[in-house]
Amino acid sequence: MEVSQAQAQSPAASSRPHVKRAGAGARFVAMLKRRQLVLLTLFILLAAWEIAPRALNIPDYLLPPPSQVLTAFLGQWQRTLAATWITTTVMLGGYLIAIVVSIPLALLIVSSRVVEDTVEPIMLVFQVIPKIAIAPLFIVWFGFGYTPKTMLVFLLAFFPITLSAVAGFRAVDPDIMDLARSTGASRWSMFRKIKLPQALPQIFTGLKVGVALASTGAVVAEFIASDRGLGYLLLEWRGELDTPMVFAGVFVISFVGIVVYYAVEAIERITIPWHASQRDPAAMGA
Amino acid sequence: MEPGSTSAAGIQKAGGGREIAVKNVSKVFTTDETRTEALRDISLTIREGEFVSIVGPSGCGKSTLLRLIAGLMPVTSGSIEIGGKTVTQPITDVGIVFQKPVLLEWRNALENVLIQPELRGLDPRAYEQRARDLLAAVGLSGFEGAYPRQLSGGMQQRASIARALVHDPSLLLMDEPLGALDALTREQVRVDLEELWLSTGKTVLFITHSIDEAVLLSDRVVIMSPRPGLIDRIIDIDLPRPRGLEGRKASAFKEAEEAITRIFLERGVLKRGQPFAAIHRPGA
Repeated sequence: MEVSQAQAQSPAASSRPHVKRAGAGARFVAMLKRRQLVLLTLFILLAAWEIAPRALNIPDYLLPPPSQVLTAFLGQWQRTLAATWITTTVMLGGYLIAIVVSIPLALLIVSSRVVEDTVEPIMLVFQVIPKIAIAPLFIVWFGFGYTPKTMLVFLLAFFPITLSAVAGFRAVDPDIMDLARSTGASRWSMFRKIKLPQALPQIFTGLKVGVALASTGAVVAEFIASDRGLGYLLLEWRGELDTPMVFAGVFVISFVGIVVYYAVEAIERITIPWHASQRDPAAMGA
Repeated sequence: MEPGSTSAAGIQKAGGGREIAVKNVSKVFTTDETRTEALRDISLTIREGEFVSIVGPSGCGKSTLLRLIAGLMPVTSGSIEIGGKTVTQPITDVGIVFQKPVLLEWRNALENVLIQPELRGLDPRAYEQRARDLLAAVGLSGFEGAYPRQLSGGMQQRASIARALVHDPSLLLMDEPLGALDALTREQVRVDLEELWLSTGKTVLFITHSIDEAVLLSDRVVIMSPRPGLIDRIIDIDLPRPRGLEGRKASAFKEAEEAITRIFLERGVLKRGQPFAAIHRPGA
């Protein structure tokens, strides 16, 4: 409260953009400064990992040092990245379908008592089913190829996105909806001007949870039902006891997940800057 | 300050056609297991341009009554008419202020006021100057660009009052609008509210917990008692306007306040001397 009081004293500050514009280089340096403890910790971990296998005489097929992983990756980078591309399309395909299905469904659940009473309890039960356990069924139904893999990704990402969107739409203050009703506004304009922006922060939370599940789903689907993609390659490398490449593959798919995650976060910052700046006091110039 | 505004009965506008008539209204909330009688047989007429307060303890159904008048929920029995027309759906010639400001956090103060014409399908640009004027009138000039999180609770509530006025409704429904404010802000907003009412002549229905506020602001105070909510008594407040900060000095103020306090004492809503001495102390 004191903070908001203090800011209220300088109205001029509010018309300023929340994020100060700085050169990309300066921002990178500032980021490094903020993250230096994290970077230091990472460096120490990597160094320990590099030294430990040699010091303790651990064979490469159990725990290869990072330098070995890098060398192995550089030897097969084209094949790895080609497989990664396939995995990424599966992941993004299922993820996008999940978004397109989840948000209208969430809206239906919160706006119709009948849908709420029928669909929501069923969803909550389905959510408990380990989706990966039914993946083999998808092969029976859809064969190999994109369909069963995309379906698995979709199923994994669908629940967190739908549930968070439902929570977001429900969190809209009933008083503001009463006020909106007293204007005679159409349901569409109430949705567009109040409900959707109000729910977006929670929707984005669900979208970010969905990213991690989507990459898990894509790799697992390729373990089970594929002759291509990073999941398939991981199995192949494991079969050959090529542990450095298994590590490399894990790093690459994690990297893809991180990129997609930050892409979603960037969209979040653009779509709802008021929320991002509220969550991150540094962005407000405080 | 304004000539002709000293009538204790409030401003009598010509016509008086927008009278609110609440006739034998009851409201029952039912769920699968419970049946709660929120209001029983409420009858009340609010004249056009009148400032009427409802006081009563929590659970007396005063907020429910306000929502019924606004057409935000249906009555169980009885009827509500505004200007002779029965209320069957949300009324639109109205400005509503709640206890919470409920501003939209992604809009600055000005944009929050302009949501009102936007939702009404009116051109917000045509209302921008009026919105700025209103923000200035409620003491927020210079804060048009400030976001809700940058405003104190009192400032947010002032913005929400501007939002309730921007489309110039003839009726203002206020549900404990000062309840969440600190004492000083509360006093200031109360005085400002009287000024506003005197200069615009809107009909105001004002819900409050505060006997003091009700007496200082109103032409009439409706006293409600709980479970089920019903109207206990209606008291005319015969005090000159504007009452401002000085209104408490008048003997009529003290009489009205005491009369209401006495009613609450009789009903057991207020009690003298709680028996804390009788509370058991372990080991004593």
